[in-house]
Amino acid sequence: MGKTLYQKVWDAHTVGVLPDGRTQLFIATHFVHEVTSPQAFAMLRESGLPVLHPERTFATVDHIIPTDDQREPFADERAQKMISALRSNCRESGIRFFDLPSGQQGIVHMIGPELGISQPGMTIVCGDSHTATHGALGAVAMGIGSTQVRDVLATQTLALSPLKVRQVRVEGRLRPGVSAKDVALHIINLLGAQGGLGYAYEFAGSAIEHMDMDGRLTLCNLAIEGAARCGYVNPDETTFAYLKGRPYAPQGADWNAAVARWKSFASDADATYDDIVRIHAADIEPTVTWGISPDMSVGITAPLPELAQAKNDEQKRAWETAYDYMKFTPGESLQGKKVDVVFIGSCTNGRMQDFRAVAPLLKGRHVAAGVRALAVPGSQMTAKLCEEEGIASIFRSAGFEWRLPGCSMCLAMNPDKLVGDQLCASTSNRNFKGRQGSPAGRTLLMSPLMAAATAITGCVSDPRQVFPNI
Amino acid sequence: MDTDRIIPARFLKCVTFDELSGKMFYDERFNSDGTSKGHPIDDPQYAGAAIIIGGENFGCGSSREHAPQAIKRSGIRAVVAESFAEIFFGNSSGIGLPCVCASAADLASLNTKLANQPETEWRLNLETMQLTDGSTTYDVHMPAEPRETFLTGRWDAITELMNATTRIEELAHTLPAPACNTLNHAH
Repeated sequence: MGKTLYQKVWDAHTVGVLPDGRTQLFIATHFVHEVTSPQAFAMLRESGLPVLHPERTFATVDHIIPTDDQREPFADERAQKMISALRSNCRESGIRFFDLPSGQQGIVHMIGPELGISQPGMTIVCGDSHTATHGALGAVAMGIGSTQVRDVLATQTLALSPLKVRQVRVEGRLRPGVSAKDVALHIINLLGAQGGLGYAYEFAGSAIEHMDMDGRLTLCNLAIEGAARCGYVNPDETTFAYLKGRPYAPQGADWNAAVARWKSFASDADATYDDIVRIHAADIEPTVTWGISPDMSVGITAPLPELAQAKNDEQKRAWETAYDYMKFTPGESLQGKKVDVVFIGSCTNGRMQDFRAVAPLLKGRHVAAGVRALAVPGSQMTAKLCEEEGIASIFRSAGFEWRLPGCSMCLAMNPDKLVGDQLCASTSNRNFKGRQGSPAGRTLLMSPLMAAATAITGCVSDPRQVFPNI
Repeated sequence: MDTDRIIPARFLKCVTFDELSGKMFYDERFNSDGTSKGHPIDDPQYAGAAIIIGGENFGCGSSREHAPQAIKRSGIRAVVAESFAEIFFGNSSGIGLPCVCASAADLASLNTKLANQPETEWRLNLETMQLTDGSTTYDVHMPAEPRETFLTGRWDAITELMNATTRIEELAHTLPAPACNTLNHAH
C-alpha cells in the first residue's frame, strides 16, 4: 500500500519511540527568530548544553524590526535588546544569522524558500506557527514553542505524535481575479478554523498543480489558520524549477541526485488518506473576511451571513461577538465599506509574485485620499528585485509607502500599528481582535489584488470591477 | 480563543518569560486606561481559581509559548476546553500545564454550575480523567502519550531526547543539511 509524503518524511526522520509512546523525530532544518528563541538559548545556558548541530539552524530578524528606519540602535529599546540577543546567541553557537546588513534578511518564511534552504523531503521547524509555509516545497514543516526550540537546539530532535493526513483537492481552473489567498480563505471557511485539528493538509488537484510556487507558499502558510499544523504540496517540476540556482540548493552533479531523491518523497498514487475533501476551483470567488476568526469570510459579492445561518449556538455566539467587534451588520455587503489602512505584505502575501501581480494594475492609478497604504516586501531579496523590476517605483508613484522588509503590520510588534478602531484591508493571515496593534483595530483579510483595488477606491472593492483586465 | 487574546503581541517584546505573570488575557480584562472590564478572572468570587474553562480550538493562532507561560505564571494549573490547537497543546504539555477536553454539553453544564455556585471547589484528576465537585462528575480526555508524561512527571522531554545520541548522529550523517553553495553565491 502506498504512502503519503507526510508518512515518508516522518519515517525517514524517525529516531525511535519514547517511553511515553511519542516519536522522537529528527529535524533536518531549523529556523529561529528574535521573539521565540532567546528563552530557548537561555534554557540551554542554564543547563550547560551546547547547540548540537548549529549547521542545521538558520536565523533571521523579522518580527520587531522597524520598516522605516533600520539604523541601530532602534528607537524601541526592547526591540534593540531582542536583535542584540539573537546576534550574540548566534555568534556564540555558530549559527548562521541573516542579519540586516546581509542582503538576505527577511521574514523567516520568506527567506527559507528564497535561499533554497527549505527543500523537499525535509522536516522543518521554527518557533512560529506559519512554518507550515515551507511545506509548499514538499517538506513536513510546522510551528513549535520555545521549549521545543530548546529541544531542537540541544538534540536536533523533537518528541511528537504523528498527524492524520487530509488531502484537499482543488480541481479545475481558478477564475480571473482569484488567487491562492482566496483558495485558502475558501478552504478555511468551508472546513472551519478548527477543521484541521489533528491533520496535516496535502493540497492537491489540478488547480494546485498549476499554481506557481509563491501561490503554493501562500496556501500552505494559511494551513494553520484552518488548524492544520502542517500543509504541503507534493514536489513536482514547479518545485524543482523554483529551487534550481538558489544559494542553498544543490548544484552540478548533486542536483540530479537531489531531484531524484526529492521525487521519491512525493505521495504514492495509491497512498491512503484519513480524509479527502474535493473543491471546485470555479466555485471560489475573491474572498474577504468580515469577522475575528479566519473562517468568518464571504465571497466579495455575497452579503454577510445572517445569524440564523449559523450552524449551531456556539457559531451564533461567535458571530455575534464578531459583528459587535467589527461594527458590521448581518446581511449587509462589505463592498463600499470605507477603509483607513491598506497593508500589502507579511509571510502570507509579501512575495515577488504578489507584487508582480499588483504592480501593473497600479500603474497610472493612485491610492484614494484619506487611505494610508503600506507595501512591505517580505525580504531584502524581494525588495531588491522589486526595485530592479521597477515595481517599487510603481507602488511609490501610486501613493503607497514602500517599506523595508519585516513582519510589520501583520502582528504589529514594530511601530506599524493600527490606531483606535481603524479598518484595515490586509493581505496578512490573522483577523484576531487586536492583532494589528490596536486593541480595537479591525482587520479584513484579502488577496493583494483585492487590497490594491481597495486602496485605489478607498473602500472594500471587487478587484474584477476596479481592474477589468485581470 | 486565540493566542493574541491570551497574550497580545506587545507583551512578547522580552527575552525571558519572567514578565508575563498577570498579563494573561490582558486586553480582554482591561481597558486602555488600565481599568477593569469586569472579566471573570478579576471577579472576586473567582479569586484564586486555578482552572480555566474554554471552548473550541482553545489557543489557536500563534505558536507563542508566551501564551501558556502567561497562563501558568498567573497561577493557573490546568485548562479544560472542548478542543485545543495543536501547538498550544504541545507547548502547555511541555511546561507541565495539562489541557484536557470535555464535551460541549458538559462544558455548558459546568459553566452554569460555575455561574450559580462560584464557591464550589472542583478537582481535576488525571488518573481517573474526571473533573468533579464531589457530587457532579464530568469525564475529560487527553491523548495517551501526554497523559503518560503527566502521570510520570516527565513532561519535559529533554532528558529522554538526549538518550539517543548514536541514532541522532546516524541520521545527521545521512540526511542532507542545507549548505551554502559558494560557487554560485558568495557570503
